[in-house]
Amino acid sequence: MIVESVEAVQAALAAHTYLADEGLSTAVFLALRLHRPLLLEGEAGVGKTELAKVLAEWTGGELVRLQCYEGIDVSQAVYEWDYARQLLHVRAAEAAGTATAAIEDELYSEKFLVRRPLLRAITDAGGDTPPPVLLIDEVDRADDEFEAFLLEILSDYTVTVPELGTFRAAVPPIAVITSNRTRDVHDALKRRCLYHWVEHPDLDREVAIVRARVPGVSERLARQVAAASASMRERGLYKPPGVAETIDWALALDTLGRDELTTAAADATLGTVVKYREDQERLRREGLDELVAEAVGRGA
Amino acid sequence: MRVSTSWWLRLSVVAPDRAAVAFVRALRAAGLDVPVGSTVTFAEALAEVGLAREASLYWAGRATLVTRVESVPVYDRVFNSFWHGRSVDDEPPSVVEEITLAVEDDVGDDQLPHHETDDAAPLVVRASALETLRAKDFAACTSAELDETHRLLADLRFTRALRRSRRLRPVHRHGHARGAHLDVRTTVRRSLRAGGEPVQLARRGPSTRARRLVLLVDVSGSMDPYTRALLRFAHAAVAGGRRVETFALGTRLTRLTRALSSRDPDEAMARAADAVEDWAGGTRLGEGLRAFNDRWGVRGVARGAVIVILSDGWERDDPAVLTEQMARLRRVAHRIVWVNPLKATVGYEPLARGMAAALPFVDEFVEGHSLGSLESLAQLVGGQP
Repeated sequence: MIVESVEAVQAALAAHTYLADEGLSTAVFLALRLHRPLLLEGEAGVGKTELAKVLAEWTGGELVRLQCYEGIDVSQAVYEWDYARQLLHVRAAEAAGTATAAIEDELYSEKFLVRRPLLRAITDAGGDTPPPVLLIDEVDRADDEFEAFLLEILSDYTVTVPELGTFRAAVPPIAVITSNRTRDVHDALKRRCLYHWVEHPDLDREVAIVRARVPGVSERLARQVAAASASMRERGLYKPPGVAETIDWALALDTLGRDELTTAAADATLGTVVKYREDQERLRREGLDELVAEAVGRGA
Repeated sequence: MRVSTSWWLRLSVVAPDRAAVAFVRALRAAGLDVPVGSTVTFAEALAEVGLAREASLYWAGRATLVTRVESVPVYDRVFNSFWHGRSVDDEPPSVVEEITLAVEDDVGDDQLPHHETDDAAPLVVRASALETLRAKDFAACTSAELDETHRLLADLRFTRALRRSRRLRPVHRHGHARGAHLDVRTTVRRSLRAGGEPVQLARRGPSTRARRLVLLVDVSGSMDPYTRALLRFAHAAVAGGRRVETFALGTRLTRLTRALSSRDPDEAMARAADAVEDWAGGTRLGEGLRAFNDRWGVRGVARGAVIVILSDGWERDDPAVLTEQMARLRRVAHRIVWVNPLKATVGYEPLARGMAAALPFVDEFVEGHSLGSLESLAQLVGGQP
């Protein structure tokens, strides 16, 4: 797939209800054109993971997701042999009296290879299908050693299985890596990637996002909810709401049949947008009336 | 972004490639760490986005030359001055007095007998001198003695607290190890050696991993006699293990992990001094701790970690903030150790408002006024008193 310009990326993402600002669109455009992985950092709930999903929808490539966690290793991320089937195969050959020296080659053939996400992303590319979108989610949760290993795969998009040989991607996958910054991602990996810090959207963009994501919602409610979220972000909460929370909140209010933000409605649905008890208490103490009035004012 | 055409003029007089290289050079001069490979990527990116719009130039550079969000202000500044010829005026130069920290060491050197002369001295004397030095309050040390403690601190070895890891490791014992799973991969590989017969079952069981150690060092004026020794202590911790994070608490929070990652203790100290803008200023413990919790701690850095706060507990703000933030920290941390150099003072009571507010949330309250007490702290953070 050939993308022409930054504007084309922005428009294509928007067509799949992802409204990216110019910075993010430029980063995505460059990642596609230069075949570089895109490293996204930012607060939780600003839409880092969502971007990969939307890229897959747009390009038509398969979304291959690798959720990182502590202790993740090659057998969960790249490949594994199907041991149970290998054993059965040996037994069957023995019973049939056909077990010869050649059986070992048979055992280590692609038939018994279990492809995990990273290998899938590399072998699924090519032919007529668009390249897969490889999402490596929350890379900061994996160990440093795993990062070094990722670097190897992301530099030349090859995987070597000692028993079989080297797999090389015909077309490099579109790689998106996200991090919540619980620790620094290693410089070597960053150097390989394009980097973008995803910000909270401004008010107009957030209204547009809510309207795109919650189809039934009225312009007025979307605006009020987005304004209320924005003002919560300015209050130094422990966990300020992300775009994901704003969308959930609008969805909750819409489901309850509200078309306007009121103090009572905000009170009843506060749990969808603010998820710490201390934060909820603080907002209630400081007065939900005031927050809602301000949001209604900004939304008018 | 301001609309202007001066950047275009700059680009049109020189080839874009050379402009890219010059821009990267300006970024490096401003302290940004830009590897050569990124310059090439930047030039490629420029070729892709074209030069028709300034925003493209800006974002292409952001995506290829910046690798952490903290560098964005520097990038913005250099971007403006380089492409628009705007002078870099509004940013104050890094404060010079911070460096006195490193310089004081040198001053001290002149006043003491040089190290080589020690050769003739009997070993016993040095050993007992060491014992005295171990117990001596940093505030009462001469600069010669401080030099010696700094050298000794560099050799400090830390024990580390362990926790169970999600990562499984091979179990070599025979029979059923607790919590061990069958390792099919290895079992099959071994069985091929025995003609496909799984004679020996391989197992993998839970392993342990060092807990992260987080050091929060108070760098305010009241801690001045101790700050240097405590930062050396922090450096020894960083040099000794990978999972250590260090922050300076003053009127603001500064992350020192990167500055302290230099192997040479003196260079690390100089870099740390450069990084901290509010050296020997006031303390806002509660606010500093809030910044730590918001930006680092609760997100993951403090989770399951051993937290060591090195401070005398003087708080100028409302202690309620400190109480609230300590409670938050308590809920995610494994253990909180508070090191207060004043604790060694005879008749000391934790009456400082901040100290009194924090104490209920602290697992261990220890002194940290001398080399000896820091040595026992190095053991304590590993869970071995």
